[in-house]
Amino acid sequence: MSRKVPDLSSPSPESPCLLVQSLRFARSGPYSFALDHGQCLGLDGASGVGKTRLFRALADIEPNSGEVVLNGRVREDFTPPQWRRLVAMIPAESRWWHPLVGDHLPPDYAPHRATDLVQACGFETDILGWDVTRLSTGEKQRLSLVRALIRDPQVLLLDEAGSGLDRDNSTLLEALVGDYLGTNGAAAIWVSHNPEQLERVAGQTMTMMPDRLIFSKDSTVI
Amino acid sequence: MNVAILSPLDLSIAAALIVILAALSFNLKLGLESQLLVASIRMTVQLLLIGLVLQFLFSSGSVWLVILISQVMLLAAGREVRARLKRKIRGLFGYHVGVTSMFVSSFSVALLALLVILRQDPWYDPRYAIPFLGMLLGNTMTGVALAADRLTSLFYEQREVIEQRLMLGESRSEAVSDIRRDCMRTGMIPLINSMAATGLVSLPGMMTGQILGGTPPIEAVKYQILIMFLIGAGSGFGVICAIYMIEKHLFDDRHRLVLDKLLPAG
Repeated sequence: MSRKVPDLSSPSPESPCLLVQSLRFARSGPYSFALDHGQCLGLDGASGVGKTRLFRALADIEPNSGEVVLNGRVREDFTPPQWRRLVAMIPAESRWWHPLVGDHLPPDYAPHRATDLVQACGFETDILGWDVTRLSTGEKQRLSLVRALIRDPQVLLLDEAGSGLDRDNSTLLEALVGDYLGTNGAAAIWVSHNPEQLERVAGQTMTMMPDRLIFSKDSTVI
Repeated sequence: MNVAILSPLDLSIAAALIVILAALSFNLKLGLESQLLVASIRMTVQLLLIGLVLQFLFSSGSVWLVILISQVMLLAAGREVRARLKRKIRGLFGYHVGVTSMFVSSFSVALLALLVILRQDPWYDPRYAIPFLGMLLGNTMTGVALAADRLTSLFYEQREVIEQRLMLGESRSEAVSDIRRDCMRTGMIPLINSMAATGLVSLPGMMTGQILGGTPPIEAVKYQILIMFLIGAGSGFGVICAIYMIEKHLFDDRHRLVLDKLLPAG
């Protein structure tokens, strides 16, 4: 992608994938944590505590303060579009604004990547030519992951991804994310209200409180 | 020139039609009568006053008076643009958008017409300057206000789409490109339609007025063509100006949508 500065995104083994220090937004925080390459961190907490807003702050879509460092580079080194391609938030309910599914992929995407991703999500490849009005809620959820992954993010912020899916499709989605993190040295934070799902996808879970995060196992609080 | 002079009685006959309509509305419980009567009275008083002002202005011929009156007209138009938004913009910026886009759509175009095309001596001759500015303001205001109203409404209604486009790494300009095109269309279509219908379906007021005043039709037509070009171009420039100003205002420098700059709908 021409807009992406190459060495800003490439994983560097010596620094964590994402480092968050004293992140504050609205009246929440400060929050500090680190994500290693390949790590998937679970996130839970009471409804309304601000899990989605934490994601929005990390994606820099709403005002926040604090230091956020991706692969050793501070957020201010990136333009906002670069940052959001690399730190990709996948909202619980996806919106679709173009007529066809394929129109939502970047104009310069590699066709074989799209085919691979679509098949990994359990679709036939002709889904890219579908009218978006034909999509069910579950299909939209899986495809919103496709349209994010094809942009090569380094951090995935999954807001209840797979919550509306049946067991088979849920498993597909979890495997796809796990596979992506492993191959690309990327990291993910996964919000879910389903403890079994968190158990499956995340090695560690943090519980969000208005002013701090509580870690389930070995704490990586700085 | 042999204009038929209208007596107060002649106007009362026309006014009686409005009164009959109001009575009808009252009888049928259409609920329009008070608004209709107030608007009619307002229109009559405002026009009589501007008639007096113009009469005074033409006889004095002072450039300062022309400037003063044109400024008042411009500010009023800017205020009117803001008033027509369903979701108004907080603070002074709402007026700022209105006044600036009306300046672009009307003031600058009127100046160009006076200095380059009409070339009267003096160029600010109020008999030309004030009617031209008035016609431009009145006719471009609709387009600018329609486009601005649609833009603020769509920003609000489609905030989730805009934000999800931003989340995929689109810039603020890419994320609202569809909305921008839609608003441009909304602002310009009425004008394009009216250009297409002029002369076939409708005879414009200015041209009719000139013909009633004794101007040869072909001269009146030339003026009408001139004014339609000016209104068309002015509307387009004004709409573009309003769209870009509002768009820039509703994002911050980190390409985040800042919708709390809009007041709740009302």
